Amino acid sequence: MSLIPFAILALLALLSALGVILSKNAVYSALWLLAHFLIIALMYFALSAQFLGIVQVIVYAGAIVVLFLFVIMLIGGTITPIKHESRPYARIAATIFGAIFLLGLLFAVAQGVTNLPAPQGAPDAGSVQAVGGPLYTTYLLPFELASVLLLIGMLGGIVLALKERKRL
Amino acid sequence: MIATIIVILIKILVLLLILLTGFAYLTYMERKLLGRFHVRLGPNRAGPFGLLQPIADAVKAIFKEEVVPGHIKDKFIYLLAPVLTMITPLIAFAVIPIAPDLTINGYTAHFYIADVNIAILYIVAVTSFAAYGVILGGWSSNNNYGLLGALRTASQMISYELPMGILIVSIVLASNINAGEGTMSLVEIIERPRPWWLWLWLFIAFIPFFITMLAENNRSPFDLPETENELIAGYQIEYGGMKFAMYMMGEYLSMIVSSAVMVTIFFGGWKGPLVVPGTWHGVLLGFGWFVLKVIAILFIYIWVRASVPRIRYDQLLAFNWKVLFPLSLVYMAITAVMVAVA
Repeated sequence: MSLIPFAILALLALLSALGVILSKNAVYSALWLLAHFLIIALMYFALSAQFLGIVQVIVYAGAIVVLFLFVIMLIGGTITPIKHESRPYARIAATIFGAIFLLGLLFAVAQGVTNLPAPQGAPDAGSVQAVGGPLYTTYLLPFELASVLLLIGMLGGIVLALKERKRL
Repeated sequence: MIATIIVILIKILVLLLILLTGFAYLTYMERKLLGRFHVRLGPNRAGPFGLLQPIADAVKAIFKEEVVPGHIKDKFIYLLAPVLTMITPLIAFAVIPIAPDLTINGYTAHFYIADVNIAILYIVAVTSFAAYGVILGGWSSNNNYGLLGALRTASQMISYELPMGILIVSIVLASNINAGEGTMSLVEIIERPRPWWLWLWLFIAFIPFFITMLAENNRSPFDLPETENELIAGYQIEYGGMKFAMYMMGEYLSMIVSSAVMVTIFFGGWKGPLVVPGTWHGVLLGFGWFVLKVIAILFIYIWVRASVPRIRYDQLLAFNWKVLFPLSLVYMAITAVMVAVA
């Protein structure tokens, strides 16, 4: 990807990410998040990673943000701004950890600028075969481990839901 | 370069004209057929056989006053929602081939806008945006009925996307047979020859796939987001005039697109008797077969609407999670074994 389209997309991605945290209304935050996911998908397309880009749209834009909206509407569908919690220690902790994360990120970027080679387009035009082949042969074990992790998450959700029903 | 862009723009224009006319006459077909199913005549006042009815409807919708109710706090999202619902099926149609290629004097004309190797995923991705139109419309209406409709849409569409996705995976898997490599391009899926038993096996998947499509398009008996007897039209409740017409267009256009997708992956798209690819009459006849098959599936949509009563919301979700989803998983497993053996 050449510099100018990357710069435009990166700027848009940053702006939409800012929109997520600066919106007073949770529904707007979710919509900004949707825009952010779409811009990231565009970046994948620009790097000729077709499959990753389209999966980004299907999974994040098509399912996860819909579920976010679902939850937001269930717990407070009316148009009311979020109230900021009055917990002083939460803000202090957030500032400290945010600063540590920012420093780590800046360090990584500073390292990367000098060491990393220029990004190449994905092999074989980022096709499904190019992604699926290595995933099911070379990287089979980590792939299966990740799926077990997801399974545990799902089981956790089911257990929590069942517990609540028993109390009722 | 410029010539290519102009050709694509012309194709888009022609496709839009076909689809919008198709939408208008699909409403006519539905009303006429529902009339027959109910043993009455259906629209018969505007023009011969009521053929001008869609035009009368369009004129009525366009000249209605655009009212935005006073309690709508968020006009931008309120107006954006019907537009989203309407344009997503139009965008999805870009990857569906409607006739075989034609080569004249070394120039090959393609009867699709784009042939990408992720075409099926593209359709899934684009059509999932129709849910936003309904959800945002229901939410921005600032109305409890609208909100309930939006919530129902969210859970219904997400749930039914799972068996749909699994069935699509099975079809992509099955495209391996006799080819050695699977494909997600709709152009290639049509062109690949299938043995007779594969046609039969894929036809079994058509039935659950059609059911998921009924739910994805909010069609009866799964039209729970807009049930008029409990939610008084749900997410559409605060919409009138052209905005309401856009929701209607979204629903009918997604029916057309879903039918076209089903024709493409289950029934061979433009393939049919007497079609010779690469000739003028082959193109015309291929397009004819394609349209005929799409109309046949649209007829099933209307038939189902006239025959099956709406089911309860808990039944809708239970049917998906306890019947459709496990069945599609079993189907995928058997397909995988078939691909490995064949």
